[in-house]
Amino acid sequence: MTTTATRPAASSAEVSRPPKAGRWIKDHLVVFVGALGMLFLFLPIFVVIVFSFNKPVGAFNYTWNEFSFDAWTGVFNNPSLRDSVLLSFKIAALSTIAATLLGTVAAFGLVRHRFKGRGFANILIFVPMATPEVVVGSSLLVLFVNMRLPLGQTTIWIAHTMFCLSFVIVTVKARLIGLDPRLEQAAQDLYANRVQTFLEVTLPLILPGVVSAAMLSFSLSFDDFIITNFNSGSEVTFPMFVWGASKKTLPPQINVIGTAMLLIALLFVVIGRIVSARRAR
Amino acid sequence: MTAMAHIAPAGGAAAPPPEPGRGNKLTPYFLLLPAGLALAVFFVLPILTLANTSLQSGGYQEGYDFTWQFSNYWTVWTDYWPQFIRSFGYAAVATILTILIAYPIAYMIAFKAGRWRSILLVLVIAPFFTSFLIRTLAWKTILADNGVVVGFLDNIGLLGLTDLVGLTSGSRILATPLAVILGLAYNFLPFMVLPLYASLEKQDISLLQASGDLYASAWQGFWKITWPLSLPGVVSGTLLTFIPAAGDYVNATFLGSTQEAMSGNVIDALFLRIRNYSSAAALSISLMVAIVLLVIYYVRRAGTEELV
Repeated sequence: MTTTATRPAASSAEVSRPPKAGRWIKDHLVVFVGALGMLFLFLPIFVVIVFSFNKPVGAFNYTWNEFSFDAWTGVFNNPSLRDSVLLSFKIAALSTIAATLLGTVAAFGLVRHRFKGRGFANILIFVPMATPEVVVGSSLLVLFVNMRLPLGQTTIWIAHTMFCLSFVIVTVKARLIGLDPRLEQAAQDLYANRVQTFLEVTLPLILPGVVSAAMLSFSLSFDDFIITNFNSGSEVTFPMFVWGASKKTLPPQINVIGTAMLLIALLFVVIGRIVSARRAR
Repeated sequence: MTAMAHIAPAGGAAAPPPEPGRGNKLTPYFLLLPAGLALAVFFVLPILTLANTSLQSGGYQEGYDFTWQFSNYWTVWTDYWPQFIRSFGYAAVATILTILIAYPIAYMIAFKAGRWRSILLVLVIAPFFTSFLIRTLAWKTILADNGVVVGFLDNIGLLGLTDLVGLTSGSRILATPLAVILGLAYNFLPFMVLPLYASLEKQDISLLQASGDLYASAWQGFWKITWPLSLPGVVSGTLLTFIPAAGDYVNATFLGSTQEAMSGNVIDALFLRIRNYSSAAALSISLMVAIVLLVIYYVRRAGTEELV
């Protein structure tokens, strides 16, 4: 937008007003530096993808040796890697369901109602997101030990649901605030009952918010290491597997999982775009 | 939708119609009960238990007793102050680095990207979809001792410079403070780009044009208009970066040596290996309190209310 606005001015008044020429350089400097920043952001991703095709010498996949599809064709040759990925999927799915349900309901309460203690509720939801993961993880460990609840899949699920909850509430809240309540009033004026209004007007309108909240909590849960590390007992999720492997052997299969996750997530983004473009039409 | 906005006031008449779903006074409490209960039992209660544990005496074998053992705090401070200081030092430097890298990215996406904008935004969050640990391990490859990056930086003399400041030692980057700081800055970069973008994107471009018409240079325009207006984004980006960075120990473990250990490393080791729960809890609580105090101070100074 700016480039089109300033460029003609700069070319016509280049001689009389040097600052405009300076601005032109600055404009492109920003793009150049920004592109460098994006490169910095993507450098490790390139490495992860490229090294998924590596056939490493020795136990660690840090230096390039030889191109090969071995890691891709034999992703799940290592049964403990396979189990860890499956466990991560299970935990992520279960915590996403729990956090999305609890969070969406709570977001309705917060946005659609004015009540005593609303400010306090907002703080209670914000603070977990602003607490470092070591503190969240270690405090839950102490609680579980005190409650004599054995560490395992249940404790990981509880921990993940807890930390995803705040993110879900915030995401759905943002969508609900942008929703015009008059649309629902119109539905009720047209003799829709409460349930019909909710199912046919409210839910479709906030669905994009709920879906992105669910996707966010799935990826947060799938990727979590620090909190899980404190509450997993002997269970091994995928990040826990990578953590353990980084000390002994680091097979390229790990990179294959990382690359596949990226591709799946990007696929979801593309599908989401297509769906919302269709809806907009 | 706009049509409806015009109709509604006429139909709704004098008293604003009740919003749908606002029946009973107790409804909001019912809606918030499940989530509130979950947060109370699995966030507030654990923190209180942690605080309680930090004041206990005893051991993992013989059991713990609550005895107002404030000396736990003194012990962990004297034993682990270097790691504690490092957490905040590394996180602070990494946060500044993140602002420097993220600002041009956010600026480019907000003002220069045109129709590429939404694609670039997806690309900014794309790294989140590759595992955090795997991305950090990839830096081990990039910063390898005999790799291109280290060779280049060594040749242009930059590593000599960072060596003087104590950020690196000799001609390597791995297992130095620089590696850990770089890893932290990298991992939390999207958390800085997104809020910066949000605050830049809603700026009125005509303000900048007006400043140009009033003979302000591009630099002046930036410092007097763009930067101050983007401060809310800088503040929330700083919090989103600094807080997780101060508690992180993955970067310190993968990219640093024991010389770069941060408080997260100590908390992890005390809880999971040494099993000295009361000391570990004291360090955890110290970390949390220090961060909360810093955040309150910072937000007060920055003077923004756009938080919750």
